[in-house]
Amino acid sequence: MASDQIALMAHLMRRVGVGATRDELEALAARPYEDVVEDLLHPERFPDEDDDALDRYYPTSLSPDIPTPWAGRWLYHLVTSRGPLRHKMALFWHHVFATAWFKSEHGPSIPAQIETFRQHGLGDLRRLLLELSRDPAMSYWLDNCENHAGSINENYGRELLELFSMGIGNYTETDIKEAARAFTGWTFEQPIPLYPYGGYPTKFVFHPDDHDDGEKTFLSRTGRFDGGDIIEIIVEQEATARFISRHLYNYFVADEPQVPAWSVTPPQDPEAMATLMRAYRDSHADVRSVMRALLNSDFFKVARFRRVKSPAELVGGAVKLSGALDFPDPSVIGMASATAVMGQTLMDPPTVEGWHTGKEWIDGGTLTERVNFAVEQVLDPGRPGVRAIARRLAEDGNPLSPEAFVDRCLDLAGPLAVGAATRTALLEHAAAEGELWFEGEAARSKGEARVARLLTLIVAAPEYQFC
Amino acid sequence: MTTQGIGNGAKRAKEPVLVVIQLSGGLDFMNTLIPYTSGVIYDARPTVSVPAEQTLPIDDRLAWHPAAKALKDLYDAGNVAVVQGIGYENSSRSHFRAMDIWHTCEPLRIATEGWLAKTVREIDPHGENPLTAVSFGRGLPRALAAPGVTATSVSNLDQFGLMTKVEQAQERAHDLEIFKRMYTPGIGTGIVMDYLSQTGRDVLKGADMLATVPGEYASTVEYAANPIAQSLRDVARVHTAGLGARVFYTQHGGYDYHSHEPLMHPRLLKELTEAISDFLADLRAHDAADEVTILAFTEFGRRIRDNGSGTDHGSGGGAYIIGDRVAGGLYAEYPSIDPKDWLYGEDLRHTIDFRGIYGTVLEQWLGVDPAAIVGGTFEQIRPYRSTLLAS
Repeated sequence: MASDQIALMAHLMRRVGVGATRDELEALAARPYEDVVEDLLHPERFPDEDDDALDRYYPTSLSPDIPTPWAGRWLYHLVTSRGPLRHKMALFWHHVFATAWFKSEHGPSIPAQIETFRQHGLGDLRRLLLELSRDPAMSYWLDNCENHAGSINENYGRELLELFSMGIGNYTETDIKEAARAFTGWTFEQPIPLYPYGGYPTKFVFHPDDHDDGEKTFLSRTGRFDGGDIIEIIVEQEATARFISRHLYNYFVADEPQVPAWSVTPPQDPEAMATLMRAYRDSHADVRSVMRALLNSDFFKVARFRRVKSPAELVGGAVKLSGALDFPDPSVIGMASATAVMGQTLMDPPTVEGWHTGKEWIDGGTLTERVNFAVEQVLDPGRPGVRAIARRLAEDGNPLSPEAFVDRCLDLAGPLAVGAATRTALLEHAAAEGELWFEGEAARSKGEARVARLLTLIVAAPEYQFC
Repeated sequence: MTTQGIGNGAKRAKEPVLVVIQLSGGLDFMNTLIPYTSGVIYDARPTVSVPAEQTLPIDDRLAWHPAAKALKDLYDAGNVAVVQGIGYENSSRSHFRAMDIWHTCEPLRIATEGWLAKTVREIDPHGENPLTAVSFGRGLPRALAAPGVTATSVSNLDQFGLMTKVEQAQERAHDLEIFKRMYTPGIGTGIVMDYLSQTGRDVLKGADMLATVPGEYASTVEYAANPIAQSLRDVARVHTAGLGARVFYTQHGGYDYHSHEPLMHPRLLKELTEAISDFLADLRAHDAADEVTILAFTEFGRRIRDNGSGTDHGSGGGAYIIGDRVAGGLYAEYPSIDPKDWLYGEDLRHTIDFRGIYGTVLEQWLGVDPAAIVGGTFEQIRPYRSTLLAS
């Protein structure tokens, strides 16, 4: 198998999910790249495990008021699904349409919103924004349930334009107020209280008598617009094509500056942006089409290790590498707690702006958490992923020079490209114990321990922080 | 670190310390220090206003919200300087942009260098002490971010350090040595990798210093279980350990009450003000209070009229400078609440620029020239009875 094919497939799988095992990569690399992409763009071809089975081990209904079990289940799917893009797109939209548990009610309204992102995250942007505008968790989070005819609450109208579609600088304060008027009367049904019976879902409801049906002028167009009309107008804007394309580039290709800087700092790759915006226009805002253009493009294929992993990617990737997710296993919950201490409490972002990404994931505290978590995953030589790497090394022939040992481990744990400082340090570590042998019981057990030890140092390396 | 520390019994001269409390979401100033004798307020804000008879008056014009009782007590004791009407021209109503402006002192362009990071650069120009600035909570705020500037972010003070899962002490020491070599800044590896390398090395250094903190601290003050109280307890623990920390950063979130303000605001105000009061009591018990100034700020005030449940984003907020050397009282002007003075017919007009308040603390408290940090010269106030600076 050509190693650059493996490296490309590893890159693709890190971006559409959290990575893949070497066996999976070899199977994928045997197929044409664009066929693999097409399958990934249609996750419905790979049904997930039945959630009922998960519920038997992690009954989310027992703790409807904390996000951890739901977030753990989400991470479990990211690690194990053969169609991971539905879960990754949900994560992407959760970054963009950030809605937080700390201001939510009505039982599992946030998980319901994430489920909406799973269902519509690769579809028509109009439908997605419409579902978002009708989503009870969003309605409560940005107070559209308090947005009344004659007494508007402009919170949702503002963020819909600033953070969810067009970006700041492309509309006026009047546009915000007019958009808010159009969404008056969009609210949700009052559900059964959470306690003592647990969460009950609520659903969207439209109150015509609380809707401002008057004439509005929005982005230079005038009519008796309602929310759906506002979304139609938004989706047609060049600013929306640009803003959504840049979000996709930032999330799937390479780190861009933080979102508030986008109105003044140009994109790093204008040609790539042009490609994505063309796909947006040609497909009339079909997200799957934009993603197809992105994943098949040359700028994507060469953008390896150009993003700092988000905590969800770091945690999911390390668990995938170790093969530690033996279902049923309490680490499902542990994964969610781990991303939280790294600064990403899934389903509970700090603000409606979501998380600052790229290098802002990293500071002294979070780097410590990231390194320690990854190290812990591969510390045990008995972990299936560690075993699998040791087995392949043993098949390479005995003995292995320290140099071959380091390079093969970097290859099998990624392939991970490292700089001179890291490679020298790892080589020195490996050389101290000489050649690597697997012949015989004692040597094999020592060899496996050495593999685990080297893997802990590899996942502690600065290069491992990128994907 | 013996040159920096007062730990281990080696007493050294006190150096001024700044503790910043960021109140995220937009604290409602008008509902904290309330013009309780004004009919205007009660007409404009029927839903969120507290009945005048329940407020805690300080004079015939202004009264504290009853949930801010702990702060009122500190105010009465002369420890609180209230900066009324703090803000800047064309105040942003976007949380993120507004917070960026407060963090970078750049209202007109997007900047990446934080004002406190630039301050750290002045205090510790060679980055000798990774604990010169310590932030509690997850992620470093932009205020503390700038290339080449070290600030330590602590999410869990009791378990801080790398490779803590490697059980054998000898193996761990070896691993940390390898780690240090892997995090050697290289040539031409890019700014993100440089940043990562520097951060990794700072963690190693800071962890060695912080490892001693939990064992050394003892206190009779019982802080509440909420995050701001626990953050301020962590500040007290690190400060009293004498590791040379000069800037602390903490955050308290949830002030964005577009709805349910009558429920949310008092809860947050009570948590915050009681935490501050406990923190000061703790420091005093450790003879570690008079070198500390607290600066609490929020990104904007809120709209004058309420929306029937809460209040929307506005301008003209308040800030609070608290400490034992503070000359308590009211500073700058309370923005006019006369409807003819309302900005855009709905907002308070700010009466003092926040960069002048940063300048006040930088120049008068920390002894650092503020002009380059805040981007110019702005009107300052005189909120200190005395300072630690050589006269």
